[in-house]
Amino acid sequence: MVPGSRSEARSELPVVEAEGLIRAFGGRRAVDGVSLTLHGGECLALFGPNGAGKTTLLRLLAGLLAPSAGRCLVGGVSLRADGGRAARSRVGLISHASMLYSALTARENVEFAARMYGLRRPAEAALRALKAMRVADRADSAVRALSRGLQQRVSIARAIVHEPLLLLCDEPYTGLDEVGSAALTEALGERRAHGAALLLVTHNLSEGLALATHAAIMRRGRFVRLEERGQVDGASYASAYRELVTADV
Amino acid sequence: MSESTVARPIALDADAPALPGLLRASWLVAQKDLAIEFRTRTAFFSALVFALLGLTIFYFAWDPTAVASIDLAPGVLWVIFTFSGLLGLQRSFGVEQADRAMDALLAAPVEREAIYLGKAAANFLFVAGVQVVAIPAVALFYNVPLGSIWLSLTGIAVLAALGIVAVGTLFSAMAVNTRLAELLLPMLSLPFFVPIVMAAAQTTSRLLAGRPESEAWPWLRILLGFDLVFMLACAIAFPYTLDE
Amino acid sequence: MTTPITGRPSTSSAGGADANTAGDGARSRPALIDGWIVAAALAVIAAYVRIIWFTPPEATQGLAQKIYYLHLPAALNAYLAFGVVFVTSIVYLWLHEERADLVAESSAEVGLLFTTVVLITGPIWAKPIWGTWWTWDARLTLTLFLWFIYAGYLLLRGAIVEPSLRARYSAVLGILGALLIPFIHMSVYLFRTLHPMPIVLKPDRPSLPPEMLHTLIFSFLAFVLVYLALVRARYRLSLERVRLAALEGSLEGGR
Repeated sequence: MVPGSRSEARSELPVVEAEGLIRAFGGRRAVDGVSLTLHGGECLALFGPNGAGKTTLLRLLAGLLAPSAGRCLVGGVSLRADGGRAARSRVGLISHASMLYSALTARENVEFAARMYGLRRPAEAALRALKAMRVADRADSAVRALSRGLQQRVSIARAIVHEPLLLLCDEPYTGLDEVGSAALTEALGERRAHGAALLLVTHNLSEGLALATHAAIMRRGRFVRLEERGQVDGASYASAYRELVTADV
Repeated sequence: MSESTVARPIALDADAPALPGLLRASWLVAQKDLAIEFRTRTAFFSALVFALLGLTIFYFAWDPTAVASIDLAPGVLWVIFTFSGLLGLQRSFGVEQADRAMDALLAAPVEREAIYLGKAAANFLFVAGVQVVAIPAVALFYNVPLGSIWLSLTGIAVLAALGIVAVGTLFSAMAVNTRLAELLLPMLSLPFFVPIVMAAAQTTSRLLAGRPESEAWPWLRILLGFDLVFMLACAIAFPYTLDE
Repeated sequence: MTTPITGRPSTSSAGGADANTAGDGARSRPALIDGWIVAAALAVIAAYVRIIWFTPPEATQGLAQKIYYLHLPAALNAYLAFGVVFVTSIVYLWLHEERADLVAESSAEVGLLFTTVVLITGPIWAKPIWGTWWTWDARLTLTLFLWFIYAGYLLLRGAIVEPSLRARYSAVLGILGALLIPFIHMSVYLFRTLHPMPIVLKPDRPSLPPEMLHTLIFSFLAFVLVYLALVRARYRLSLERVRLAALEGSLEGGR
């Protein structure tokens, strides 16, 4: 956690500026008016019950879905600019699915991503990313030969190879063991230290709060709580969260 | 969290990446697909063996005294062509579904059409690869002098492959998201393959029979028209099959 | 933004101002047999009566020719139905209007029905005239392919559970299918033509004697009425299903 970062961050351009984001599927609004500003170095931990719209929000920011209404800037460019390509080039996506090609090697997967993001020296960048995730020694193993934890590390390398301004993480800790979780936390913290903004969706309160500079709870497409980490007391937050979650059942 | 501030685009520094254009992105996707296929080779060899088996079965399903094999050959060739092509098409989007790799493709800063074009190109090479073996096999098994018309035959094969791949790649993208993917892909695609098979088979048999090329021309016109219309229509339709 | 079809009392009715339009729960459920269906049924009965008793039999083909009055109008309506599918598919992709998708679905089902009628009446007509049940003549073959396209369309719909995905995929198939038809037509025509000369749809005067032409037109209009009535009923069924799904969704709470 970077104390006192708020006052410095405010003078920079925000990495994410979303206003009134709405995404409807048929008659149902999965995201119902979300406004959000995130600066470099900040990490927003996003909690909420299933179906609250967290994944949909992430997919909106990643450019996988188009918003039904509202505006959003990522790294200063609109989600719609240039067919969404400009915004997508600044975003990295991590999910519980690895998004890798199991027949290819770790290196080939990350190099492919590097090329798709237009990096000028893709092989170098790929190796750098694999080293950062401490998986470079298995760079030439086929992904299917790697354990789940190692696959997740390769997946993170894929997501950070182009040094994105915004890292979107959707339940990245799912299925990771202790070693894997620690490596993930370390990598995310390192990204943040390099000035990226993180948005971390997770069910695990302690893991989420460990990295967060801000915390939010989402319910039925809206933010019902949004505050700085420093203002949050772990225990009372946990019980408040539990109340909110069970209220929906 | 502050309210939103006035936004100015962040200035890009000199080392910033140049986002891949349509052709470059398509090439990357095609290369990636071919690398995967080459690594496993299962689908390709399955399609190849299937084609050879099919040729064999068809040969024995007819009475050789009643129907000359040279009359049978064009039809068999192009029917087997479509069915073995379908095998290749099946796996086209399957690789993207496995670990949700499609999400990574969609999150990349490339045009959506590049995904379609890249995969269609890879599928084309797949189909062409099978044909390189299957066509000589037909000449061998059915005792047909295909060598005499090899240039025209190559042209027909290219046109036919383009048509099959244009439609099949799109339907593969759709079928992979449905409950009956393996059944749905052939069922949707085959009506579209019919003009291709008809044109290709009719042209081949006329050429084999030594008839003037002008007789084959109406069929080739249909095939060309089909390719043009559907390559364009499917490329345009592809982004609509994505959830956006 | 599109108008979502959720559980609101319907202020917008589909098509004409029909008193039977479904309202909120307080009003009675719409009758299954409404004005349209009655009118269509009467029209078809009237057409049958005219066909059987009030139209002279054709000189060479005899009584069997009378099935033509079913066959051709059914065929025209089958293609009309697909035209509707084509147009509503474009509308859906362009405007994301869910109702366009429901109309497409209804029209496709009714179209399949008509196409099946054509494929059954065709052989019944062909057997006494040509001696075989099935002839691969151009028109009938084209209709067979239309049947395949309809079947593919409906099977695709059946294989997708999620409504917006289903609508999008169906729309794409609807458009591509319509593009396919001219190519099948050209291919099949080039392949063979055995169909009797088109005795009605010639550019100049149709060569049918007046009474037969009138019967044909009458029958055609009756079939159009049947088409409209069936599509309307099917469409309203789709609307009910969508409303039911929305109600179930909101009952589950907070989704």
